[in-house]
Amino acid sequence: MIDPKQIAENLINGQAPKVKELVEQALKDGLTPGQILKEGLIEGMNVVGTRFKANEFYIPEVLVAARAMHAGMDILKPLLAKSGDKPTVKFMIGTVKGDLHDIGKNLVGMMMEGAGFEVIDVGIDVSPEKFVEAVKEKKPHVVGMSALLTTTMPSIKTSIEALKSAGVRDKTKILIGGAPITENFAQEVGADGYAPDAASAVDKARELLQQR
Amino acid sequence: MLIIGEKINSTRQRINRALISKDSHYIQQVAVDQVANGAQVLDVNCGINIKNEPELMSWLVRIVQEKVKVSLVIDSPNPDALEAGLKVHQGSAIVNSITAEKNRYEKILPLVKKYQAKVIALTIDEKGMPRTARERFDLAKKLVKVTAEHGIPAKDVYIDSLVHPVSTEPQQVTEFLEALRLIKTLPDVQTICGLSNVSFGLPNRSLLNATFVAMVLCSGLDAAIIDPTDKSIRSAIKAAEALLNRDQYCASYIAAHRESKL
Ligand code: B1M
Ligand SMILES: Nc1nc2c(c(=O)[nH]1)N[C@@H](CNc1ccc(C(=O)N[C@@H](CCC(=O)O)C(=O)O)cc1)CN2
Repeated sequence: MIDPKQIAENLINGQAPKVKELVEQALKDGLTPGQILKEGLIEGMNVVGTRFKANEFYIPEVLVAARAMHAGMDILKPLLAKSGDKPTVKFMIGTVKGDLHDIGKNLVGMMMEGAGFEVIDVGIDVSPEKFVEAVKEKKPHVVGMSALLTTTMPSIKTSIEALKSAGVRDKTKILIGGAPITENFAQEVGADGYAPDAASAVDKARELLQQR
Repeated sequence: MLIIGEKINSTRQRINRALISKDSHYIQQVAVDQVANGAQVLDVNCGINIKNEPELMSWLVRIVQEKVKVSLVIDSPNPDALEAGLKVHQGSAIVNSITAEKNRYEKILPLVKKYQAKVIALTIDEKGMPRTARERFDLAKKLVKVTAEHGIPAKDVYIDSLVHPVSTEPQQVTEFLEALRLIKTLPDVQTICGLSNVSFGLPNRSLLNATFVAMVLCSGLDAAIIDPTDKSIRSAIKAAEALLNRDQYCASYIAAHRESKL
């Protein structure tokens, strides 16, 4: 009988083929897709996030763990969709207008996926209009905005204002982050939350969802 | 190779604190230290302080040049801050930077011309950052064309085709090296890059940076923005220049050895 812990362990070590094999085996053993997701994949990504935050893991190790997570997710996704266990929370993320940095954004996206959210990545250099359009169309529970340049920090503000003018600001929670962003700045521009790193972004998103 | 010191940059906590408190003494010390370690030009950046960047840049350029007699790379995306720095700069400055985005170069190139400066041109356009060597090369050609149209000769243009961290984009380093080789086929144009990006997210960055500098020198890099106080990078530059016949009779390599600087 496969223990989901083994899946988590192999995910942490970035063993994509092994994760795939174990997930398949676990299903044969009768574990539910939801259980494998939670106790295997999400649990593993949690550890990866914690280690990255503590500077024990380097970026390539996070990327290879995320690849392993995807190998498992590819098998689980269709089953989860059928069983009704599919992700219930939609998280949208993009890097703001004028900003092309996407590494941090991608890590946040991966951790959110790892935490069981449905992630909608709207890409880089996302204009306020594009945020508005995407929010209207996809109706995410949380919108994440990432900015890495001091010169693009104001784009967060204009994006939030655009969401306000379009009347969709209050339909979603807004989480922001990126190296130059601070808690203070988040309050100034009227975001709902700020997270300093990808692992805390997951915690913060969960906290914001509680407030709904 | 032209060595440009990177350390006076407001993304570094200690520098940013010195900028806020106008601690000229500390900043001048960092300037002197870099020049003593072989920097021929210093990059100056105060961009984190977005509110009074032009005023700060003017102050920064003055206090640095008061202490060291070198040219500066004025590093800001803000045309007003660039002009504030250029106004007080002595000698020929290098503007950091333009991109192939029209709204950006149309504001900045007239300044470059007016102050007879040189300019760093990043291979980025409205579509973003290119992934392949060929796309970088095409953007470099476009940049040489638009700078020429503004009366700036190719020899005063430094093309920066953007180094990505190998930790996140493992295939980008080889594309970058190939782009350097292609860009060096254009007459007179110079090449430049910030080095330390390459090692971002990995341990023992100094080893990666030193190895990378040897590679970029081999591919034709003319100028690099580095930490000149990092001995392994400095030594790797000396060794690579000697090996590539860019150091006649290995004179500079031998001298560095005698002074125990390798
Ligand atoms: C939604 O909620 C959330 C919550 C948390 C969130 C979040 C959202 N988003 C991020 N987080 C948080 O979680 C993540 C994981 O824990 C973290 O994300 P980060 O993104 O902070 O961290 C990543 C995991 C790793 N970090 C990174 O990916 C950024 C690393 C550094 C080295 C960096 C890189 C890699 C690059 N760059 Co850029 N670059 C720098 C960076 C210097 C540094 N030491 O930080 C910085 C940000 N760059 C800078 C600059 C100036 C520039 N860059 C540019 C280009 C590039 C590269 C293309 C070379 C490359 C980007 C590649 C890519 N695909 O993204 C140019 C601009 C392009 C543009 N328009 O965007 C250019 C203008 C060119 C230049 N002069 O270098 C500087 C900004 C200075 C400033 N004052 O604003 C810079 C600090 C470097 C420096 N020391 O000068 C947290 O911030
Ligand atoms: N045209 C051009 N200009 C540039 C860059 C480039 O590519 N091209 N890249 C940058 C080069 N300058 C620096 C300055 C400081 C640091 C630095 O010190 N970085 C530490 C963190 C800062 C700190 O000490 O807190 C790090 O870990 O990355 C790195 C590059 C900025 N200017």
